[in-house]
Amino acid sequence: MVQSRKVRTGRLAAVGLSAVLVLSACAESQRGQNDQGAGDATAKAGGTMTFATEGAPKLFDPFFATDGATFRTSQQIFEGLVEFKPGTAEVEAGLAEKWESTPDGKQWTFTLRKGAKFHDGTEFNADAACYNFNRWYNQKGAGQSPAVTGYWQDNFGGFSDGAKPSLFKSCTVKDPQTAVVELTSYTSKFPDILGLPSFAMQSPTAMKQHNADNVVQQGDSFVYPAYGQEHPSGTGPFKFSKYDKANGTVELVRNEDYWGTKALLDKLILRAIPDETARKQALQSGDVQGYDLPSPADWDQLKKDGHKLLIRPAFNVMYLGIGQKNNAKLRDLKVRQAIAHAIDREGLIKQQYPEGAKVAENLYPDTVSGWTADVQKYEYNPEKAKTLLAEAGASNLEVTFYWPTEVTRPYMPNPRDIFGFIRGNLEAIGMKLNVVSKPWNGGYLEDVDQAKADVFLLGWNGDYNTPDNFIGNFFSDPNNRFATGSATWGAQLSAEIKAADAEPDTNKRKAMYEALNKKLKAEYLPAIPVAHSPPALVTSAKVSGLVPSPLTDERFHTVSLG
Amino acid sequence: MLRYTVRRLLQLVLVVVALSLLLFAWLRSLPGGPVSALLGERATPALRAQLTAELGLDQPIFVQYFKFLGRALSGDFGVSTGVQPGDSAMEIFLQRFPATLELSVLAILIAVAVGIPLGYLAARRRGGVLDNLSVVGSLIGVAVPVFFLAFVLKQVFAVELGWFPTTGRQEGGLDATRVTGFFVLDGLITREWDAAWDAVKHLILPAIALSSIPFSVIFRITRASVLDVLDEDFVRTAESKGLTTPVIRRRHVLRNAMLPVVTTIGLQTGALLAGAVLTEKVFAFPGIGQALAIGFERRDYPVLLLLILCAAGVFVLVNLAVDLSYAVIDPRIRSGSGGGR
Repeated sequence: MVQSRKVRTGRLAAVGLSAVLVLSACAESQRGQNDQGAGDATAKAGGTMTFATEGAPKLFDPFFATDGATFRTSQQIFEGLVEFKPGTAEVEAGLAEKWESTPDGKQWTFTLRKGAKFHDGTEFNADAACYNFNRWYNQKGAGQSPAVTGYWQDNFGGFSDGAKPSLFKSCTVKDPQTAVVELTSYTSKFPDILGLPSFAMQSPTAMKQHNADNVVQQGDSFVYPAYGQEHPSGTGPFKFSKYDKANGTVELVRNEDYWGTKALLDKLILRAIPDETARKQALQSGDVQGYDLPSPADWDQLKKDGHKLLIRPAFNVMYLGIGQKNNAKLRDLKVRQAIAHAIDREGLIKQQYPEGAKVAENLYPDTVSGWTADVQKYEYNPEKAKTLLAEAGASNLEVTFYWPTEVTRPYMPNPRDIFGFIRGNLEAIGMKLNVVSKPWNGGYLEDVDQAKADVFLLGWNGDYNTPDNFIGNFFSDPNNRFATGSATWGAQLSAEIKAADAEPDTNKRKAMYEALNKKLKAEYLPAIPVAHSPPALVTSAKVSGLVPSPLTDERFHTVSLG
Repeated sequence: MLRYTVRRLLQLVLVVVALSLLLFAWLRSLPGGPVSALLGERATPALRAQLTAELGLDQPIFVQYFKFLGRALSGDFGVSTGVQPGDSAMEIFLQRFPATLELSVLAILIAVAVGIPLGYLAARRRGGVLDNLSVVGSLIGVAVPVFFLAFVLKQVFAVELGWFPTTGRQEGGLDATRVTGFFVLDGLITREWDAAWDAVKHLILPAIALSSIPFSVIFRITRASVLDVLDEDFVRTAESKGLTTPVIRRRHVLRNAMLPVVTTIGLQTGALLAGAVLTEKVFAFPGIGQALAIGFERRDYPVLLLLILCAAGVFVLVNLAVDLSYAVIDPRIRSGSGGGR
């Protein structure tokens, strides 16, 4: 019996071993097959950097994306006609060396860079540029869903089927280095929006070969074609190597044929670590050489440990929104002004925001055109707030106050504490608050978007440097989360925002936005600007050359290790 | 025996279908939804309405369910909106299941390899130092939350000492070949030994954390069960028959004490998923647990539905396997009425 068991065990082991051997006979190592370019002995700096991100990318075709994880990756692979100067939100030359427009701002002539090549070996030229514009404009079916082409619809409007008006009219190839883009109207956003990750230039050949536009709606979601999943082809300093989904890592390798200064790193690995503490520990143990969005609570410790904390210029705004729909009292300007006077924004920022955060006086940061210091300030003054409430006959004002759980946003590092502070301020002037807290994706955004809240915490991270990206997004459609359409001045505010955006003369436009900012504070007050808060990223001490960007648009080709 | 197995498998199908309806309705009754997750701050009431209609979420729940059922019958369980948008839920399951399975198997192996011998020894030397220590240890194992233990293990052995990696399944730069999706096995069969070893290193800390509860339970059941059996008549009979102690222990004590232990192992294996959600979160381990956590946060209906159904299926199957294993272990069942159970 004892012996037979030994025999049995031995037999089992033999079976197991032979199974592994049989399997290994049909499984060949495929190492090194994706490694074009990496490990080149002549490279100056070389090395592999692993950077931890908060999420995995949705896909690698930025035109179909709205998520930061996709853009972080695509911005290393692709380039736009225009780019943002590193560390700023200012536009500079990208794949277009220069551009000029007709005085009415409707026709733009782009002079393109010579010698830029896509990763599939094809040349970048005016044909390719126009191919991209036409691709965007001609989306059909699922490609027209706001979940798929959100950035196009936000910025250019409709498609070639004409169901909705579009900003884009045509793109014409004048000669191989010159493309002429015609718009249906002037907008202050153009050409800045071409620097957005979604509007980067992609290889027409690769897109045709891998069916780039074949987005299909399946059940309650969307399926993307092979191009965006495995074959992205841009002109940027890094090439896509592979996406190991089972391991949550994206691998990029240096583009040896890059037209500009080549990347220093051999490889850049982006690894998704959703949990913030886990990202921190991965850096501390040396598993990764950097990570995105360290919690402000950890900033001091990270610096003390010798890591490099890179603080991005704040390009966002956090506000207290005031709904105009449900609570009639809040339609009285005096009541809204009372709330503004009640909030101790200086104190809030000192207590709850990281270093570098500033009190917001406009609904966008001061690096954006039309910002003005000359607005009504609403200093912290609870007594004045009480008087204003009394004058409005609203001394016992009762409001529904929404705040979100299960979320941190760059403009709102800790919603619970921020809410707690503001709640204290509002109760101090005798307001009665019916507090509603819900998870961000679990009802908060849904309720707030449907204007169910009287007052609520929210904000915006800027995409590019125009006022319209902030206040245009908030108010240009009067059916918005502030329900400005329910206020007597809502339609007027929309019209003023649209007029400012459509003014081609730079100086006039700036004056119009300044006037708007003043009115938004003194007369309309649909939201009280609270804070501009700088998000950060952190790297180990030996990493250099990473420039923090206000647009979260850091490029890794200038990065080196040690 | 065969009829019994078939009947149990049919029951499994019924359970899964009934559960799918409940889950479908429950998930959609939760506040919020994929529309918020997809649009974020960008949402306007107009965009929100458009997307809700496009995704069919504005239709009555039964219409939605029957559409889902129709697609599910042809093998289409929907496409992820939040965990890995654009990938089919089945693809996500197939990709992540090997990760969680590797982790769970190692955790159960640790729990069994430590729990059973320790339980047996503790029972034999009842009241001794080893017994007292391991009882206290198992109490701690049950009482300390898994995520806390995971966090401490990680802080000490990965962050401070640097013996193990802090997160993930494998280093990104290894360029390991993927064959089966089981990273350790893949490394072995492609002879990429470093890749296999790296995957093992990534497994150890999470597996220890995850094994804490099954270890404690298995240890305690083994100990109690061995104590019971030692008092049984047949042990005394065996002793009086003059059988040697090793034979009595192996053939009579351990074997008879194993029945409740095997049940426990089965139940604990099924219950591992709950611990895996927490462990995988702490170690950013890309398995089923992490997908459930992210899926819940982003209201990824198709992924949540499929993963929970699969988890339920695995749970039922494990229990079936436990019931069948009784027949192998317990001679009374094996030689008994046969097929009656």
